[in-house]
Amino acid sequence: MAAPTEFKPTIVGFLCNWCCYGGADLAGVSRFQYPPHLRVIRLMCSGRVDLAFIFRAFAKKADAVFIGGCHLNDCHYNPEGNYDAMGNTLMAKRILEKLGVNPDRLRLEWVSAGEGVRFAEVMNELSAKIKSLGPLGSSEGIAVAELSSRMQTAEDLVPYIKLVERERLRVPVRTEEGYRKFFGSEEFDQLFNELILDKLVMSRIMGFLRKKPAAAMEIPGSLALEPSEVARHLRQLTERGLIKFDAGQSLLAAV
Amino acid sequence: MAHTLERAIEHAHEAVGQRSLRAHDDQRGDVMVVGGGISGIQAALDLATSGFKVYLVEKTPTIGGKMAQLDKTFPTNDCSMCIESPKFIECDRQPNIEIMTYTEVVGVEGSAGNFKVTLNKKPRYIDEDKCTGCTVCVEYCPVKIPDPFNQNLSLNKAVHIYFSQAVPLVTYIDETCLYLQDKTCSICQGVCENDAINFNQTPEKVEVKVGAIVLSPGYETFDPKLRGDYGYGTYENVVTSLDFERLLCATGPHDGHILRPSDKKHPQKIAWIHCVGSRQVIPGGNTYCSAVCCSYTQKQVILAKDHVPEMQATIFHNDIRSYGKDFERFYQRAENLPGVKFVRSYVSIGGEDPVTKNITIRYATNDAGVKEEEFELVVLSVGLNPPADAKAFAQKFGVELGPQGFCKTDPVNPIETTRAGVFISGAFRGPMDIPEAVMSASAAGALSGQMLKARRGRLSQERVYPLEKDVTKEEAKVGVFVCRCGANIGRVVDVPAVVEYSRTLGNVVHAEESLFACATNTAKAISDTIRDKGLNRVVVAACTPRTHEPLFRDTLREAGINQYFFDMANIREHCSWVHSKEQADATKKAKDIVRMSVARAALLEPLDEFSLPVNKAALVVGGGVAGMTSALTLAEQGFQTYLIEKASDLGGMARRIHYTVEGLDVQAYLNDLKKKTYRHQLIRVITDAIITDVSGYVGNFLTKVKSKGRVQEIKHGAAIIATGADEYKPTEYLYGQDSRVMTQLELEERIAGGDEEVRKARSLVMIQCVGCRQEDRNYCSRVCCSGAMKNALKLKSVNKDMDIYVLFRDMRTYGFNEDYYLEASGKDVRFIRFEPQDKPQVEAVEEGGRSVLKVTVTDPVLGKRLAIDADTVVLSAAVIPSAGSEDTARLFKVPLGPDGFFQEAHVKLRPVDFAAEGVYLCGTAQYPKHLSEVISQAYGAAGRALTLLTHDTVVASGSVCEVDESLCVSCGACITSCTYGAIEFRETKRGKKATINPVLCKGDGLCNAKCPSGAVFLKHYTDDEVFGQIDAALAH
Repeated sequence: MAAPTEFKPTIVGFLCNWCCYGGADLAGVSRFQYPPHLRVIRLMCSGRVDLAFIFRAFAKKADAVFIGGCHLNDCHYNPEGNYDAMGNTLMAKRILEKLGVNPDRLRLEWVSAGEGVRFAEVMNELSAKIKSLGPLGSSEGIAVAELSSRMQTAEDLVPYIKLVERERLRVPVRTEEGYRKFFGSEEFDQLFNELILDKLVMSRIMGFLRKKPAAAMEIPGSLALEPSEVARHLRQLTERGLIKFDAGQSLLAAV
Repeated sequence: MAHTLERAIEHAHEAVGQRSLRAHDDQRGDVMVVGGGISGIQAALDLATSGFKVYLVEKTPTIGGKMAQLDKTFPTNDCSMCIESPKFIECDRQPNIEIMTYTEVVGVEGSAGNFKVTLNKKPRYIDEDKCTGCTVCVEYCPVKIPDPFNQNLSLNKAVHIYFSQAVPLVTYIDETCLYLQDKTCSICQGVCENDAINFNQTPEKVEVKVGAIVLSPGYETFDPKLRGDYGYGTYENVVTSLDFERLLCATGPHDGHILRPSDKKHPQKIAWIHCVGSRQVIPGGNTYCSAVCCSYTQKQVILAKDHVPEMQATIFHNDIRSYGKDFERFYQRAENLPGVKFVRSYVSIGGEDPVTKNITIRYATNDAGVKEEEFELVVLSVGLNPPADAKAFAQKFGVELGPQGFCKTDPVNPIETTRAGVFISGAFRGPMDIPEAVMSASAAGALSGQMLKARRGRLSQERVYPLEKDVTKEEAKVGVFVCRCGANIGRVVDVPAVVEYSRTLGNVVHAEESLFACATNTAKAISDTIRDKGLNRVVVAACTPRTHEPLFRDTLREAGINQYFFDMANIREHCSWVHSKEQADATKKAKDIVRMSVARAALLEPLDEFSLPVNKAALVVGGGVAGMTSALTLAEQGFQTYLIEKASDLGGMARRIHYTVEGLDVQAYLNDLKKKTYRHQLIRVITDAIITDVSGYVGNFLTKVKSKGRVQEIKHGAAIIATGADEYKPTEYLYGQDSRVMTQLELEERIAGGDEEVRKARSLVMIQCVGCRQEDRNYCSRVCCSGAMKNALKLKSVNKDMDIYVLFRDMRTYGFNEDYYLEASGKDVRFIRFEPQDKPQVEAVEEGGRSVLKVTVTDPVLGKRLAIDADTVVLSAAVIPSAGSEDTARLFKVPLGPDGFFQEAHVKLRPVDFAAEGVYLCGTAQYPKHLSEVISQAYGAAGRALTLLTHDTVVASGSVCEVDESLCVSCGACITSCTYGAIEFRETKRGKKATINPVLCKGDGLCNAKCPSGAVFLKHYTDDEVFGQIDAALAH
C-alpha cells in the first residue's frame, strides 16, 4: 500500500530584479538549501505586482504567494515601488481574510541582493508555514474550487479597488511607520470595509444570483456569510435595482 | 608644451597610418590601465566607452582588487561583490577593453603618446579560451592550499577559480600543483572535458604600444606580523580587519559565520583596535592617517552585531574620523547599538590565556585609571600602505614616489604623475575610500582622453550585427536550450528529462541540451540553430539572467532576431544549487520553470532599443574651481561648454582661499584658471546668471538662463552641477558682536592681507566644529581640522611666539594631512579636547588692564576647567549647502541628501553621476572637500560627461511603458505614481489621455499596478506575460 503522499505546496513568488532576485541568486551561489516549492516570476520592481496577480495565483490554486522586494528606502527606483508593494500586500491580506483565505498564505519580505542567507531562511520558514497550513482550502475548511471562484471575484474587482485606493485610500507618507499607522487606523478600517469589502460581498451575491435565481435563505449557507450581512446587502442591491424579488416563486434574481 | 605634444602625437598617427592601427594582430592600444581593482576597472570602462582601446593589466588571476574581498561597504552596508561584479562583466563585454590577468609590467619605453610596454604573462597552465569555469578539475584536485582570497583562513585547491565571480571565469594552477612539483598527478587533465589544462605553458613576453598609461595598483594593508603588533602572528585570536572582512562574508572561510581561529567558536566579546600601523611615529609604522579605518571598523561592528546580536563590542580608538558624507550618522549608528562601547585609549596586549586563548587588553580610562579586560577575539584595524613593490613599480614606469611611499602628484593636478603621459587613479596616490578612487579613475580617464583626443575612435570598434528579421507575422516557434553547466545543473537536475519534457510544451519546435550554454562555441551553435530551424523565440534554461541575459540577447542579435524574444529559465541558482539533495523534486521544479519560461516566451514581443541623438554641448552650473576645471576639460576635448555663474565673476569660494596646507598659492592658481576659462574659445561664460527652467532629458536638455535682463535658451546634451557650498555664519561665541572673533576663512583673508592685529596676537584660540556635528547639522565639515592646521602653521611661521590653542572634539586631519597636525603639535600648538555637551565659553573681559577674550573649556583628561586669555578667537565654521541648492535640485530633477548636499547616484560606485542620466556632480555641492579633492572630482565629472558626449546617440532600453489610449480613463493614477515625470496628459480628440515619454521611463512598471483600466503597460512585463507565467506555474 502506498504511503500517503507528502504535501508539496506550490508557492508563486514575485521577486524584484534588483534585490530579492539577487538575494535568491546569492542563496544559490552560496548553496544555501531550501525546499523546492517556490516558482519565481521576475519583475523589475515589487511595486509592479498587481493585486490581480495575487488573486489570479490563488484563483489558480496556488498554496501561497510570495512577494520579495528591496528593503524600504533601498528601492532601485526613484518612486520607491516597495512601498506600493507593502500597501498592496496589506490590502490583499484583508481581502483574502474576508474571502476565507488564510492571509498567512500571502507573504511580503524585503531581501537585499546581499542577503542570500536571509532568502533561504525566509523560504525555509515560509515553506514550513504553508506545509503546516496544508493545501489551499484545507486550513480554511472551504473547498478549493469555492475559494478559487471567490478569488476570481476578487480579481475581477481589482480595477474598482485601484480606483478606490487612488481616491480614498492613498497613504499620506512614505515611511514604514506611516504605512503601519495608516493601515492600522480605524479610519482605514471603516473605509476599507465600506468601499471594498462590502463591494466584494455584493459581487459574490450578484455572481451567485446570476447563475440562477435563489431564495434569500440559500445565500448565507452557500457563500458562508452571516445572514444579517446578507440581508443588509440584499436590501442595498434591491434599492439600487440590481436584483429583484419574484414574489410568486419567492426567489431573488439578478437584473 | 601641451600643443607640441599633441602635434607630435598627430604626426605619429599620420606616419603610422590608420590601416596598421586597425590591424587586429597588432598589440596596439590607446591606454594601458595597470591594476584591475575598482579604480582601474572604472578608468578602463570610461575610456573604452568614450572611444579608446584599453589594455587592462592585472597581476592576479582576476580583476576585482581589494574591493572584491570586502563583505560590505560603508556607510550604506551595500554588498561589496554585488555592486562590483557587474562592472567585471561590463569590462568583459566591452569590445574596446582587453583584459590581461596574471600579467605584470616588465618595463616601459618611449614617451607620452608613444609608449611601448613590455609585459610578462605568467603561466596559468590553463587555456583561457577552452576553460569554461566548470570547476570539475577543482573537485578532483587532491592538493589543498591556503586560499589567498580568504586571507589564507580557509583552504582551496591547487587548481581553482580565484573567486566565483572572477573575470575571466577560468581556473589557474598554483605552483603547489603536484604535476608542477614532480609530475606525480595530472588528474585535472583527465577530468577536463574541454582539454583546457596545458602544463606546457611558460611565461610569455608581450609587447603593447599605447599612448597613455593609467596607474591603479591600489594599496596593501599594513602587515602587523612584521613587528608582531598586538600579538598578531603569535596569538591565534588576533586578526586583521581584512581577515575579519572575510570572516563576515557569506563566501568567506566559514560561510559568513564569525568563528574565531583558535576553536572555531562564535566569539561573544570582540575588541577592535584602531590606528594599527597608522598615525605612528615609531619605526615600521606610518605617520599618516589611513583615512578609511574608523568607518570600516564601525561597519564591521554593525555587521558583527547583525550576525550575533548579543555580541559585545569594544572599540579602542584615538580620534574618530567620520569626515565623509553620512559617516557621522554611521558612527552614531554603531555607537548606539546595545553592547557596543567606544573607548578613547591607547592599548597594549596583556597576554593570551593559555587555555581559553582569550586575549587580555590593557587600557586607560579617565575615571578608573588603567584597566585590564579579556576578549575572545581582537580585530586590528590595519592601515593602508603603498603597494608592496611600490619602489620597483615606480621605477618601471619612471615615476617618482612621495615621502610616504605613495605616488607623487601635484596638488593642483592630483591625477598626473611626474612623467608626462602617465596618470594615476585610486589609492596609489594615498589612502582613500572607494568613491574617491572611482572619482579619480574617471578623472584619469578624462585626462588621458584629453591627451589622446586626436586618436579617439580610431582603434575602438562598434559591433556589427546582421539585419533583424521581421517575425511578427509568424507563430511563436520556441527553441529551448537546457544547460548542464558541467555538473552544476546536470548532477542534480535530470537534464535529458527536462529536454524531453520541453518538447511536449506548446509552441516548442526545438529542444536540446548543452554542456555549457555560455561557452563561446555553444553561443555560436545556438545562433546557428536559431537560423537553421527558423526559431523566433528562445528559452535558455541555465543560470541567472542577472549575469547572463546580456550574453544570450547578444546571441539572438547575432542570429538576426530581436533580442527581446529571449527568456531565461533560472534552473541553477534557483534550483540545482539550492535543492541539491532533492533530485526528483529539483527536476520537477526545473520542468515547471521551463514551462513558465516557454509560456512567457511565446507572448514576448520584439522591442526597439531606440537611439536618441546627443547634443554635443555641455552646461556647467557654478563657476568655482570645480566648474571651471570641468568646463576646461570638456572644452579642451572639443566640446562647446556653457558655464553658468550666479556672481559677476568666476572663482567661487576659492576667491577667499589664499594658500593650501601644502603651500600652493591659491590666488595665482585661481587667476590662471579664470584666465584660461574666460579665454577658451569653446567656453561661453555667463555671469550674473540664474537658471529659470530646465526641460528635456539625457542628450537633449533645454535650459533657460537669465542674465542681465536677457533670457537665453541653451541646448545641451549633458549638465554638470558644481554649485559649491557656503560658510556657516556663526551665532555662537560672540561672533558678529566682537570683531576679534572670526571664522577660519576670515582669519585667512586677514593673514593674507597682512593684518597686524592678527599677526601680532599673543594668544589665539581656535574652536572647531562650530555649527556642525550637532543635531541640526549632523555631519562633519571635513575640511576644518586641516584648515585649522594650515592657519596655525601659517601664524607660527609669521609669529613663532604666538600661543595657539585648538579646542577640538576629534582632530580629523585624515590622510596625509595628519602630518600637518603632527607638525603643529611639534611647534607647540596646544590641543584641548572638549565634549559636545560641555562646549567652550567665550567672554570679552578686562584682564590686568588688557581687554581680552576669555575662553574657558573643560579638559576631559584633567577633569579641570581651563581659562585662556585670547586676543583672537577663530571659529571653524561649518561648510553648509549653497543657498540655491534646492532650486537647482528642483530644476534638474536631482535629489538632495539629508544634509542638503546633492545626492549622487551611488555613494560608492557612481560618486559623480546622478541617478538621472546625463546630469553629473562635482565639488563641494556634493559634500565639503579640499581643493585637490575638488579638482580630482571635477576632472571625474568631466570624464563621465565625456562618456556620453563622445557618442552621437544614446541607447535606451526597449522595456518601457506605453498607453493604450482607448482604455485610458484619464484618472491620472499613473502620473502620480511616476516620480520620473515620464507620464503626462495630452489632449486628444477623446479628451486628455496619459502619454509616456519613453526616454524618461525607467521601466519599473509601478504605473501598471496603479492603472484601473489596464491602459498603461510595461513592455516585456505586460499583464498578459505575467498572467501567462502564473497560469503556467500552476498548470501542473
